Amino acid sequence: MNPVNYLYLAALLFTIGAAGVLIRRNAIVVFMCVELMLNACNLAFVCFSRLHGNLDGQVIAFFTMVVAAAEVVVGLAIIVSLFRSRHSASVDDASLMKL
Amino acid sequence: MSAPTELFAAAASHTSTGEAFQFWVLGTVAVIGALCTILMKKAVHSALCLAGTMIILAVFYLANGAYFLGVVQIVVYTGAIMMLFLFVVMLVGVTAADSLKETIKGQRWWAAACGLGFGVLLIAGIGNASLKSFNGLGQANANGNVEGLATLIFTKYVFAFEITGALLITSAVGAMVLTHRERTERAKTQREMSEERVRGKHLPPLPAPGVYARHNAVDIAGLLPDGTPSELTVNQTLRARGQIRDVSSEALADLKALEQRSEERLGRDEEAVK
Repeated sequence: MNPVNYLYLAALLFTIGAAGVLIRRNAIVVFMCVELMLNACNLAFVCFSRLHGNLDGQVIAFFTMVVAAAEVVVGLAIIVSLFRSRHSASVDDASLMKL
Repeated sequence: MSAPTELFAAAASHTSTGEAFQFWVLGTVAVIGALCTILMKKAVHSALCLAGTMIILAVFYLANGAYFLGVVQIVVYTGAIMMLFLFVVMLVGVTAADSLKETIKGQRWWAAACGLGFGVLLIAGIGNASLKSFNGLGQANANGNVEGLATLIFTKYVFAFEITGALLITSAVGAMVLTHRERTERAKTQREMSEERVRGKHLPPLPAPGVYARHNAVDIAGLLPDGTPSELTVNQTLRARGQIRDVSSEALADLKALEQRSEERLGRDEEAVK
């Protein structure tokens, strides 16, 4: 097996995550799909690191994980405060600007 | 190029059979987990499927020679982030399933078509790239994976590392600010609460609803001895909404009708006797 297959898997997972962001309307599940996309990118980075034979890709993946952790903390706090004010986690319910 | 390096490069472009087997089995499970994440109706099931996918990705990191990242993936992602997700799911409501009503017509199919097209583009792009020879991490990991990563992070990427520290602190403060609830009024002391309790006219509990009436539902006022309904017996909220069912007049009318009918019958009986 060629290690390129890891890249194909990463592309597939990224696509599934992107489709999930478009399809789902529960804010928490949308957020989980974003996490899935970030993880697919990390897998691609790790595979590129193996391709080039240096550790730079792994360092970038490490930074991605740190940024993802920060993003999750703030995003979930926003979802909790949204739920407190609207009693719903659906992204469709936030339509105050709609005519 | 010396012969051993060439041999190594050739070996690195093909994985061992064990790794191939692991890839095909676990890769299938990872894709199924990802699909379940976006297809499950309840957020809890989605979170659990995503956690499974993340654990499999950790195994793939280990297989790709990223030992530090593999462990960090399990500790940070499945350990911390997914549990945070589960906590929020529990806070927001486990049973709250996604509404399946379409607000934009055909949105689901368009989204699926867009995802399919995007995936085809992405995979075709990877297929066209010339990724024939993999160098492998044997040389880079020679002094240990963690040591190699540490050397890079604290020399070449030290500035980015410092900035991520600032980012983490900012996000922690941001989360605290976002979820913090300001108290709008002063908390009452125990003394004030006890004084408030005995301030009204009724020290004992209020009379129960439905006393002497024909039903004892909470919205039916109890009757005083003279037959007039007492407003006190009904809950204040129901009184404010005007949801009191006043049956006293009905009851009196019923009683009057009953008496009249019995009188009529008695009168008829008396006539019959006569």
